[in-house]
Amino acid sequence: MPARFVSIWFRHLLTDWLTIRRPDLQGQAFVLAAPDHGRLVITAASKAVLSQGISEGMVVADARALIPQLQVFNDRPGLAEQLLQALCKWCIRYTPIAAVDKPDGLVLDASGCAHLWGGEKPYLEAIVAQLNAFGYDVRVAMADTVGAAWAVARFGNGGQGIIPSGQQTDALLPLPPAALRLEPDTLERLQKLGLYQVSSFITMPRSVLRRRFGAALLLRVDQASGWEEEVIQPLLPPLPFQERLPCLEPILTRTGIEIALKRLLDTLCDQLQQKGKGLRSAVFKGYRVDGKLEQVEIGTHRATHNVQHLFKLFEDKIPTIRPALGIELFILEAPKVEDLAPLQESLWSGGCSLESIGLAALVDRITSKLGEQVIHRYLPEQCYWPERSFKQTDSLLEKATTEWRNDIPRPVRLLPEPEPVTVSAPIPDYPPMLFTYKGQIHYIKRADGPERIAREWWVEAGPHRDYYTVEDQEGRRYWLFRSGHYDADNPPCWFIHGFFA
Amino acid sequence: MPATKREMIAQLQKELLLLQGFKPPAANAVQIGLGPVETAFPNAVFPTGAIHEFISDAAEGVAATGGFVAGLLAPLMQQGNVCLWISASRTLFPPALKAFGVSPDQVLFIDLAREKDVLWVMEEALKCEGLAAVVGEIKEIDLTASRRLQLAAEQSRVTGLILRYQPRRLSTIACVARWKITPLASEPGNGMPGVGFPRWQVALLKVRNGQPGVWQLEWSAGRFLSVTPHRIAPPVAEIRKIG
Repeated sequence: MPARFVSIWFRHLLTDWLTIRRPDLQGQAFVLAAPDHGRLVITAASKAVLSQGISEGMVVADARALIPQLQVFNDRPGLAEQLLQALCKWCIRYTPIAAVDKPDGLVLDASGCAHLWGGEKPYLEAIVAQLNAFGYDVRVAMADTVGAAWAVARFGNGGQGIIPSGQQTDALLPLPPAALRLEPDTLERLQKLGLYQVSSFITMPRSVLRRRFGAALLLRVDQASGWEEEVIQPLLPPLPFQERLPCLEPILTRTGIEIALKRLLDTLCDQLQQKGKGLRSAVFKGYRVDGKLEQVEIGTHRATHNVQHLFKLFEDKIPTIRPALGIELFILEAPKVEDLAPLQESLWSGGCSLESIGLAALVDRITSKLGEQVIHRYLPEQCYWPERSFKQTDSLLEKATTEWRNDIPRPVRLLPEPEPVTVSAPIPDYPPMLFTYKGQIHYIKRADGPERIAREWWVEAGPHRDYYTVEDQEGRRYWLFRSGHYDADNPPCWFIHGFFA
Repeated sequence: MPATKREMIAQLQKELLLLQGFKPPAANAVQIGLGPVETAFPNAVFPTGAIHEFISDAAEGVAATGGFVAGLLAPLMQQGNVCLWISASRTLFPPALKAFGVSPDQVLFIDLAREKDVLWVMEEALKCEGLAAVVGEIKEIDLTASRRLQLAAEQSRVTGLILRYQPRRLSTIACVARWKITPLASEPGNGMPGVGFPRWQVALLKVRNGQPGVWQLEWSAGRFLSVTPHRIAPPVAEIRKIG
């Protein structure tokens, strides 16, 4: 199937738009003007003005001299682009790939779309009729290349042309060089040399053309004739994995939504499976009768195309969909997909390690209900400072870069913040004899330490800690530390930081 | 003859256990290595795939329970399986698990804001076959909730451990055993100075179809070591007045 492009040219985009908003301006002489170097310059003029020899780029004062009753309106910068974007969005009903063609046109990739309107002629007629009904004066053309369609829409006779497949070069021959979207100085040079038609120079050797007019001319000729591929930027990039389900009657019930979701999941997962992909996130959209959009999103920790699992993730979120008067169209999209190597299914379920699918499914269920922040997994960090001796990781598969330390005693319970205790210690650098914590006196029978841990100076400044492992008269084990050096003038601060098993 | 009588009673007890659904341990069952404590359980095997309840009254008890539980997890996680530690107020220090033979990066910590969510996550996790164990820190749990957990654990053969700190009411819940771990003074031996290996008093307050008792255990060289070879007198139940 050859590619087919439609070029739409809005001949009077801004003035048409103003006439639609203010019908009283119909047939009146008015211009849109914008200030430029301290004067008002016409940016768009109505048909009545153009017929009297006034063109865009003239100063408003000169135009007023010709037409005293001229009405002038302010032109906002970027207005034309906004209008084109809105029109482009509207044109998505004719094709999913529609792009803005600045400054005054649209390009539609109509490959494989026209037959839905019963052929190319009815397709173009439908577009023109609808835009004319809005009040826009348009010219359209259809060809195998963007360049040919652009040229025929603007310079072809009658302005509505369907160039049959493969004949775009012939169609270009009688057109002026401006139809090839060339730079102004190239056009001037062609004009000076008397080359008024494409046919007069297209047969010249390519090396001659390149030497005289630059590579840009050859590129434009190639693009228009289809020897060079031209890429357009669609307004809404089409998602490769998307499923639609229109409903005959609006869906109101939870059961209905579930059936729709299941059907969409079945087809989407089937498609994913055939392509060897798995989805990482999915969006389920419901277009309501009253024009509102309801949507729920899910994410997975690992690429999957398992219908049951995905349905379970969506199930918790279905109650947040408010159908109101009913949902008439469901769309399921997979914006993020990853390659998924087909796994061998095990006949009996073995263990559940960090790599296994069962664990990823469990984590998905937990995070979809309670949020991403509840799951913590820790890896060792090369640091003695207890609070920084481990780091958190989001990934289930990340491997530890260092070993977990086993040679230094660490308490099973660590207080979030060290709590101050009162202590009596016999001599500096000895473990204390007793300490009071929460009003209870603990007499220390056994003790180990000190283990001095200093802060990393490149992380933070502050006193070091001297840690002692102590055991009291009842066999309870604690982790105490003295902050900083022993100082005779101001007594050192002691803290409890944890409980040993 | 007393010997034959004892044999007969033991035989009958075995048959009773079979009738009650306690199967003799499989050949590839995990050895927890609790030593004499395991004799308290039916068939003298630590029951995996069931719910165990741990009570602690004081902050020191929580630490002792944490250490003991980590010691239980180590053999369960031997094959690289993952353990879930679900809590609403966790104070466990992950690097400490290494001392009990558990690699902390094999443990997924799930820290939640509400206790209600702990029950939901625990049930979901217990339904996930193949997990090594699921540890949940829950203060209050009732019979219905615990029965849901027990049923999920029986289905998936995942061991569930409930850690309860200062529970308001000690009502009956559907678990196979109720433990209480308290710290004991350590003895380095040979008159050595300093703090020795962690030592606990392990009390089995309730065992389904088993014999409650109290033992003293020490964690040394990566395994449980019994300090007292024999069972200490079982805790005396409160005498309730009838009528």
